[in-house]
Amino acid sequence: MSKAYLPPIGMLAELTHRCPLQCAYCSNPLELLKANREMSTAEWLALFEQAADLGVLQVHLSGGEPTLRPDLELIIAGLARRGVYSNLITAGVGIAEGRFQKMADAGLDHVQLSFQGAHAATTEKIGNHRGAHEKKVETASAARRAGLPLTINAPMHRHNMDEVGDFIDLALSLGAERLEIANVQYAGWALLNRNALMPDRDAVERQVRIVEEAQARLYGIMTIDFVTPDYFAIYPKPCMGGWARDAFMVAPDGTVLPCHAAGTIPSLTFPRFGEGEGRSSLSEIWHDAPAFNAFRGTDWMLEPCRSCDRQEIDWGGCRCQAMALAGNAAATDPACVKSPLHARMAGLIDEAMTAHAAGTDSFRYRRIGAIGS
Amino acid sequence: MVEIRQRILLWEGAKPKLRRHVRLHYDPVRSAWALLSPERVFWPNEVGLDILRLCDGEHSFAAITTSLAEQYEAPQEAIAPDVGAFLQEWSDRFLVTL
Repeated sequence: MSKAYLPPIGMLAELTHRCPLQCAYCSNPLELLKANREMSTAEWLALFEQAADLGVLQVHLSGGEPTLRPDLELIIAGLARRGVYSNLITAGVGIAEGRFQKMADAGLDHVQLSFQGAHAATTEKIGNHRGAHEKKVETASAARRAGLPLTINAPMHRHNMDEVGDFIDLALSLGAERLEIANVQYAGWALLNRNALMPDRDAVERQVRIVEEAQARLYGIMTIDFVTPDYFAIYPKPCMGGWARDAFMVAPDGTVLPCHAAGTIPSLTFPRFGEGEGRSSLSEIWHDAPAFNAFRGTDWMLEPCRSCDRQEIDWGGCRCQAMALAGNAAATDPACVKSPLHARMAGLIDEAMTAHAAGTDSFRYRRIGAIGS
Repeated sequence: MVEIRQRILLWEGAKPKLRRHVRLHYDPVRSAWALLSPERVFWPNEVGLDILRLCDGEHSFAAITTSLAEQYEAPQEAIAPDVGAFLQEWSDRFLVTL
């Protein structure tokens, strides 16, 4: 007998792993799927219908680069028919003229555009793509011309942290309603490149001061959301708002996971959406899949979480970070000051600084087939 | 050219309107009205909903408080400060335009 859980509100759909950029901070898994593993248009549409039935109100269309899917307009229209809010998360490179108008006509609600740097040279270096910055500026303007609201996303790390003030000016100049300054979280390719991405403490402190000053100065002018860096934290983030609590994600091949890095937890097997042998409906997955129930609520918690009064504030933090740093997905996220392994975070910052000083911290760019099968 | 942007302050003649990226949506699964925005879903209470429904770009702030005063059988000057604070906050959070 399955227990009835509250319905999910949000869903991240990684429509494809293909991407024109090769950012070393990407949170996608190291084993990227090729195009022939992606679900068809009909499968995605069926998934979104079931998601709406289940209670999903908001879908983030991401990847890889979602605009590489020629059926994106059909997918957006499918969501719009059900009143589901659609947010396109794009790198904004190589999008054909007129595509934004088509997406707007199909019912797209919002565009989130990433910038790897506030300056062209940084954007090119991080994404390993020539001319990327100018293309992104043009993309912002195309989204605007189509009447679409815009968030600029700035993933922060050592190589662009000192540009934070310029990111704020850039977002203002592009007419964005919102700027998301998000310190890189070390999952997937970012974990592989941790030593090359980790900022030093002074840079983090400068960044926090600049962002807090801008948030006050731009109150009512532009919203700035700030995702602070885990490794410098006292308490962990409520990752995904709690495991399988109000959101989930779907990989290009229809594998459904509680978060985008959950595949790194070896004890869990993740269900595939679909019909037929070995596939499940979204409702079966949400309510019954053992991987979804593994860390739901608070019953699974160990000490110090088990007796902590913050357990329903941060839900123990990130399970994948616990796996990566504590070797146990049920452990307290070492980002928490109460974790016996909290000092390891500081040790990893020092390790990155040493690697940087020794010049052994070069990027491993994200490429399909570069690692794994 | 960079557009000069500044914070907008509510005035009597302002005609608040839900922003394009914000949508009121009746959710049959939870039997409740949700306000959908890029990263968040809000669950406005009954009073909030009544205000938001009048944010249609046609009712002025003054007309909104008149209408709500009738609905709630309360003096307009008693509700205007709360309604004004609500609209200013939602404008500052980029949910309505003034």
